[in-house]
Amino acid sequence: MAMTNREAFRKGFKAGIPIGLGYFAVAFSLGIAAKAVGLNAVQGFIASALNIASAGEYALFTLIGASATIVELILVTLVANGRYILMSCALGQKLSPELSLGHRFGVGFFITDEIFSLCVSQEGYLNPFVSYGAAAFSVPMWSLGTAMGVIAGEILPVRVVSALSVALFGMFIASFIPPTRKNKVLLGAIPCCFVLSFIASKLPWVGDLSEGSRSVLLTIIIASALAFAFPVKDEPEDSAVEGKEVTE
Amino acid sequence: MNAYVYILGMFVVTLAIRVLPLMILRKPIKNRFLRSFFYYVPYVTLSVMTFPAIINATQSPLAGAAALVLGIVCAWFGANMMTVSATCCVIVFVLEFFVA
Repeated sequence: MAMTNREAFRKGFKAGIPIGLGYFAVAFSLGIAAKAVGLNAVQGFIASALNIASAGEYALFTLIGASATIVELILVTLVANGRYILMSCALGQKLSPELSLGHRFGVGFFITDEIFSLCVSQEGYLNPFVSYGAAAFSVPMWSLGTAMGVIAGEILPVRVVSALSVALFGMFIASFIPPTRKNKVLLGAIPCCFVLSFIASKLPWVGDLSEGSRSVLLTIIIASALAFAFPVKDEPEDSAVEGKEVTE
Repeated sequence: MNAYVYILGMFVVTLAIRVLPLMILRKPIKNRFLRSFFYYVPYVTLSVMTFPAIINATQSPLAGAAALVLGIVCAWFGANMMTVSATCCVIVFVLEFFVA
């Protein structure tokens, strides 16, 4: 039995509350990064409302700080937000073939790591209003958090700012560490990434690149090498729908 | 270049990434190399962006390094995103009492 749109929205909204609270905290530290490259609260708010992407926006701010070129911006965006391509493909499988293009656009617009996990875990075809409900609270919190981070970054003592600035990295760590428990390739790959990233930052030519471009370069090289050496197993038809990949 | 140009530039590319596959493709990516590549991309990018940047983000590099190690330990033992982030913040705050 299908949910009504109102029920679906309410369901999504409820799930969006903890997501939104987490977003606020992380976005706050993103706001500090935005402030560091000279953005004001309005710019921080707009950047977050439009992009809704932690790693992507962090990269965006480092690019602004480095006065990067448009080509760099596009490349960095493709890499930092590239995982949304996969999520978008997977979510496409969860939608009724009759769903209008407008709703497909709407569902795609709000793809974030968290909203995606919520959407793919729904039973049967996804009612787009689950996604809208989740976004209704969490996306404003994300944007507001960024703006508050920019403002408070000016007021707070430098030691507090220093402590808060690692919140974002904490979120990154919480995303790439848990899968290493189940995936030996990732378990070996992460330390290699650290070492290579460190070496790259010290190399004469690569070290002079902006942080964003260096990440792109490293990601393309390392992810290609991993995909070549350890291709992921072909999965059964419907596991793409669950957004899970297994390599063993 | 104006900051809004960067913000809008990322918006356009990100929107295309999020929306186009969903609107055009209704089948999963078949190519094995591409699927593997996309599978590894988020983990590689996030780890490359974390280190050594986390060490340069704090007043004292030592505090950043400690946050990295403790964050990894917490995440390994199943702490959620909020807990990992909060732990990293607290350890930096406490350590910089002594070293900064």
